[in-house]
Amino acid sequence: MCPDMPHPLLQVDQLAIAFRQDGAETRPVRSVSFTLRAGERAALVGESGCGKSLTALALTRLPPTDRARVSGRIRFDGADTLALRGAALQGLRRSGIAYVFQDPSASLNPVMRVSDQIAECLPHLRRAARPAAARELLARTGLPDPARAARAYPCELSGGQQQRAMLAMALAARPRLLVADEPTTALDVTTQRQVLDLIDELADAFGMAVLLITHNLGLVAGRIRRVSVMYAGEVVESGPTADVLAAPRHPYTRGLLGAVPSLDAPRGAALRDIPGTVPAPDAWPAGCAFAPRCDAAQPRCATLAPPEHEQDGRRCRCWLAQAPAPEGAAPASPPPPRRTLP
Amino acid sequence: MTAPALLTVEDLHVTYRPPGRPPVEAVRGVSFSLAAGASLGIVGESGCGKSSLARALVGLQPASAGTLRFEGRDPARLGPDAARAHRRAVQMVFQDAPGSLNPRLTVGQALAEALRVHRLAAPDQLADRTAALLARVGLPASVLDAYPRELSGGQCQRVSFARCLAVQPRLLLADEPVSALDVSVQARILNLVRALQAELGLAIILISHDLAVVRNVCDRVAVMREGVFVEQGLAEEVFDRPQHPYTRELLAAVPDVARELARRKDGKVTC
Repeated sequence: MCPDMPHPLLQVDQLAIAFRQDGAETRPVRSVSFTLRAGERAALVGESGCGKSLTALALTRLPPTDRARVSGRIRFDGADTLALRGAALQGLRRSGIAYVFQDPSASLNPVMRVSDQIAECLPHLRRAARPAAARELLARTGLPDPARAARAYPCELSGGQQQRAMLAMALAARPRLLVADEPTTALDVTTQRQVLDLIDELADAFGMAVLLITHNLGLVAGRIRRVSVMYAGEVVESGPTADVLAAPRHPYTRGLLGAVPSLDAPRGAALRDIPGTVPAPDAWPAGCAFAPRCDAAQPRCATLAPPEHEQDGRRCRCWLAQAPAPEGAAPASPPPPRRTLP
Repeated sequence: MTAPALLTVEDLHVTYRPPGRPPVEAVRGVSFSLAAGASLGIVGESGCGKSSLARALVGLQPASAGTLRFEGRDPARLGPDAARAHRRAVQMVFQDAPGSLNPRLTVGQALAEALRVHRLAAPDQLADRTAALLARVGLPASVLDAYPRELSGGQCQRVSFARCLAVQPRLLLADEPVSALDVSVQARILNLVRALQAELGLAIILISHDLAVVRNVCDRVAVMREGVFVEQGLAEEVFDRPQHPYTRELLAAVPDVARELARRKDGKVTC
């Protein structure tokens, strides 16, 4: 299902998340904008520490501490989620947006049977109806013996089975959006493909949108419609997946692609590693945050934050992706306000 | 002309006998040989016996049957001195690098310990030697005073490699060395593994569930399933003309960017 609906399901605009501690402020998420239509599959891609997971948590106002200050705009299903309170916020968390995380064994309660954990997600059902509903959900996730899995404690299931149980819990309230944060990083390739195929299948069956968060571009290449590449708290490149991966415009996207070993490359083909690491949020460089690791950086990259450039439905935040600007005519940081999305 | 085998394994079995329960045969008859300086990749999914095989190869887990010869001798029947030399010659790197380093030793102490145990450096040389080892794996000397918890996963994995290299091994076993790492860090570790193999003439056994990783590093590959090698051969042949259906299944599961994009063009991806 590829719906071209007029209203986006999720619209994130200029999202920023700041933490204040001991008088100093850090901003692990600085500028994230993307939209997701109902039933659509999109991805946030980048290395650890780029702000992907924090962005995902902010969608339901779940940043890790009370000190987090979230600014920008998040509209989900027509509502401004940053303004939601009380029951409305609970409703968003219960049946609007559901999550599946990287490590299922850490997400599941180790001392509770799987069926009881799923039943907790079914408050709208009569107590007596919940176990059967839990088994039914487990069956939908393709577990070979759902009755046994329902009775099991998490430690009695394999990693892939645990992740299926997590999916069953996430689906319990029929969410409109499933956020899958590195859902298969702990699994081996065959299980990984099965779990991702299952997410695709369930998204179709339940009319659910999917936001996949991953550092593995290979997972995005075959199944995701739009991709946003994040670096240092910003979306540095976004667009239709096939276009972005086939002809990346941002050096960081190129770097990520070069780092992935290919099945079709000969043995010993050197992998392009991106030198250095993602800096900590309190040490993000001025100008373009990627400049210190970029093999194509120019002098202006170190001092001036690149504006976002939009062309053919793709966006890129890099000086090199646009026509050379006359020296001195460049806009100063912070980046200019964006076009408001329709 | 074939190089003399560094490691020869014939019909190796590893059986666990948990008390009060039926025995579990994790490795059920594996045979292969590895020449000095060669690289073998072992691929297969979780639970296929890869790690049990690795543990048997380095002597962490006794083989229940079969023969294992390293440089022509059975490591289980060596005298104390020869056994010590063998433990030096065969080193292993684990998936969970932070977990495989002693949390109470600094990086410098951990490296120095390896050098001291095998009497490879005089006390006054330790500082120079450990700094050189770190440089070899691309870490600054400032890391010497850090504890593992202060380092990233990629840095810990480099320290693990440095610790292995400290004792100048002839065979390095790496069990899923990059599975827990970010792509760019993974690329750097794989580039390091290839450089070590080329420059030091180190034989490498790389265990991974990621076939693209093995393709990048190894000249031979073995596909393991349920305790046996279902297919083994030159990497190009196995990857380009897989014979066993299980190999084809594994290859199809690899999320390879180019192949996935091609699949999308075929119209098999709708969203």
